[in-house]
Amino acid sequence: MIVRALTELGVDTIFGYPGGAVLPIYDELFKQNKIRHILVRHEQGATHAAEGYARTTGKPGVVLVTSGPGATNAVTGLTDAMLDSIPLICLTGQVARALIGNDAFQEADTVGITRPCTKHSYLVKETAKLPKIIYEAFWVAENGRPGPVVIDLPKDVQVEKAEYIRPNEAEHRTYHPQTVGEDAAIKVAIERLRKAKRPILYTGGGVINAGPEASKSLYDLAKKTNAPVTNTLMGLGAYPASDKQFLGMLGMHGTWEANHAMHDCDVMVCVGARFDDRVTGNIEQFSPGSFKIHIDIDLSSINKNVHVDLPIVGDAGVILKQLLAEWDAQNGSKTQPDLTPWWNQIERWRDRKCLSYKDQDDVIMPQKSLERLYELTKHLDPVVSTEVGQHQMWAAQFYGFDKPNRWLTSGGLGTMGYGFPAAVGAQIADPDRLVICIAGDASIQMNIQELSTAVQHNANVKIFIMNNEYMGMVRQWQDLNYDGRYSHSYSDSLPDFVKLAEAYGCTGLRVSHPDELDDTIRKMVETPGPVVVDCCVAKLENCFPMFAAGAKHTEIILSSDEIEPKDDSVIAMV
Amino acid sequence: MNETGTIEHHTISLIVDNEAGVLARVIGLFSGRGYNIESLTVAEVDSESQRSRITIVTSGTRMIIEQIKAQLDRIVSVSKVADLTIEGPHVSRDIALIKVAGEGEKRVEALRLADVFRARVVDSTSCSFVFELTGQAGKIDAFIELMKDLGLVEVARTGAVALSRGATGL
Repeated sequence: MIVRALTELGVDTIFGYPGGAVLPIYDELFKQNKIRHILVRHEQGATHAAEGYARTTGKPGVVLVTSGPGATNAVTGLTDAMLDSIPLICLTGQVARALIGNDAFQEADTVGITRPCTKHSYLVKETAKLPKIIYEAFWVAENGRPGPVVIDLPKDVQVEKAEYIRPNEAEHRTYHPQTVGEDAAIKVAIERLRKAKRPILYTGGGVINAGPEASKSLYDLAKKTNAPVTNTLMGLGAYPASDKQFLGMLGMHGTWEANHAMHDCDVMVCVGARFDDRVTGNIEQFSPGSFKIHIDIDLSSINKNVHVDLPIVGDAGVILKQLLAEWDAQNGSKTQPDLTPWWNQIERWRDRKCLSYKDQDDVIMPQKSLERLYELTKHLDPVVSTEVGQHQMWAAQFYGFDKPNRWLTSGGLGTMGYGFPAAVGAQIADPDRLVICIAGDASIQMNIQELSTAVQHNANVKIFIMNNEYMGMVRQWQDLNYDGRYSHSYSDSLPDFVKLAEAYGCTGLRVSHPDELDDTIRKMVETPGPVVVDCCVAKLENCFPMFAAGAKHTEIILSSDEIEPKDDSVIAMV
Repeated sequence: MNETGTIEHHTISLIVDNEAGVLARVIGLFSGRGYNIESLTVAEVDSESQRSRITIVTSGTRMIIEQIKAQLDRIVSVSKVADLTIEGPHVSRDIALIKVAGEGEKRVEALRLADVFRARVVDSTSCSFVFELTGQAGKIDAFIELMKDLGLVEVARTGAVALSRGATGL
């Protein structure tokens, strides 16, 4: 029944790991050939791979794990998907109904444990309800603000026979999120935007989740209004990075121009972003003079961190279309003020060239490695994933995305170990595309076992490790806030990544001199199968620009020369 | 931003699907996000459509209260959220059972006060009463305070149940 319902719902791939409590489902999978099962090496890997699959295809990722440790290992991935609004369906095995609550072997209260980290969850107690629950779970995961849904399946429910009644509709009885924005609000939004002298579009992952059409509408709106655009970490790719109206990412490691423009704007249109603390900095001093319009599908995101003047609840794609129509109706392009002074100001900020760095002849600067990686691979329109840390921020700064669904990163939860399995999931979804995982030497080790998955399933991911022998971001914060006391942030006893790759049956490459960088990147792309590049970069480089947590947008540090000591209470808040 | 503003008390009514774990979802939201619950009552109100009604009295700044309502509305099993405190006049009632033990003059005085408060005697022995008292929380607090000197043994109370006044419902 379970496999049939999944097949009807168009599931073609499941990421999973078998175990006692899901053996009946695995037996059914064995007997069919419509659904491909990707055997991972750790359940956390399954959840991140499913996230990568979901983020690149726009379809929910499906995970299948056993009870107890299988389910608890999936919790990090579920939380990650919750924070980044990724649609996942996680099927977990459970001990037989009669044993629930008895501390049976491999029993865990999965629904209880996952309640705060899922959008919704089900414990299936009646076999006949299985099809309806599975249909409903997919509907809930995809509609409204997307998120992970757990279906906990007692083993005897998996085995029991019942009549399969195909659900007529895949809706939920009472859950019906609002998708269309209120006309009155749309009207006011355009009246404001039309009169703005210093407008800005600040957009996030919600635009990506709303589908490629939404990104197109965003582009159209930017072109009609001539407003500058900045993206959050999760929103990169929604607006073409190569376009001149794009200011780059905003926030803690965002660009000088994006953060200054946010601070000085007079009308801010936030689409599918949530005023996260890494974006706003000091909330009291966040964009003090602007009229803030917030478009979000989740009412609870509105006025959560920052008070906004005009909330519009609904789907980002739908509302962007409404805004476009209203802009034309109000003849916005003819009636808006001249934005030349605003763009002149932005150009002056751009002239600071905040992403510049001191290049060196004898050692690869981390920024340089990504600049070259971008230059040598961008024509292939790759999917790029990252782990979490300095390399992630550098990748966000230096790798430009012109299309949505190309960028996979753990924004909300900041999960080290996300990037590689997510890249595997993306590669499974699109086998012919170049998929690059940009990693650090510390975070790649958190799910390195998935190399085995990649080899088994021909997921030819290229892993680009920026190896500085440190947990770089931890060390950077120790530099900035703890007088350079590097408490346990040195990656001692690192494995030889080249040998490690070879041990798994992949190709390993090492590069440590700038002159060899380009050739190594080319070789990485050309070599068939999974490739691990150990790119030895400058060890002590820090990631700038940066505003300290709790600082305001204009207090941006451009290099380590500008660091000032802070008191403990400030450090504790971040 | 969340810390500013005066603390308000609000009575929030929820209609929820009566399924396993729905109460845990609601309570988990309050504990997980650090909101206050002053009282909470829950019971099925429509067995045919399997709907329960939860009444929560909570406190926080206006911004926090708005956030609580939005977060509650986001729970898939919650079908309706109403803030009775701002949506117009409403009636709110607690029920309390109050056990008082004593003899002689104190016993007579307890009974006399119960009469003033229109509490009913639902159990009595030669040396104790259990009173049933219905009313707003403040009235019940006042009665319990008076019973402290007259042999108060223990109290069980429901927390508020509340409905809006007038002809329309949730």
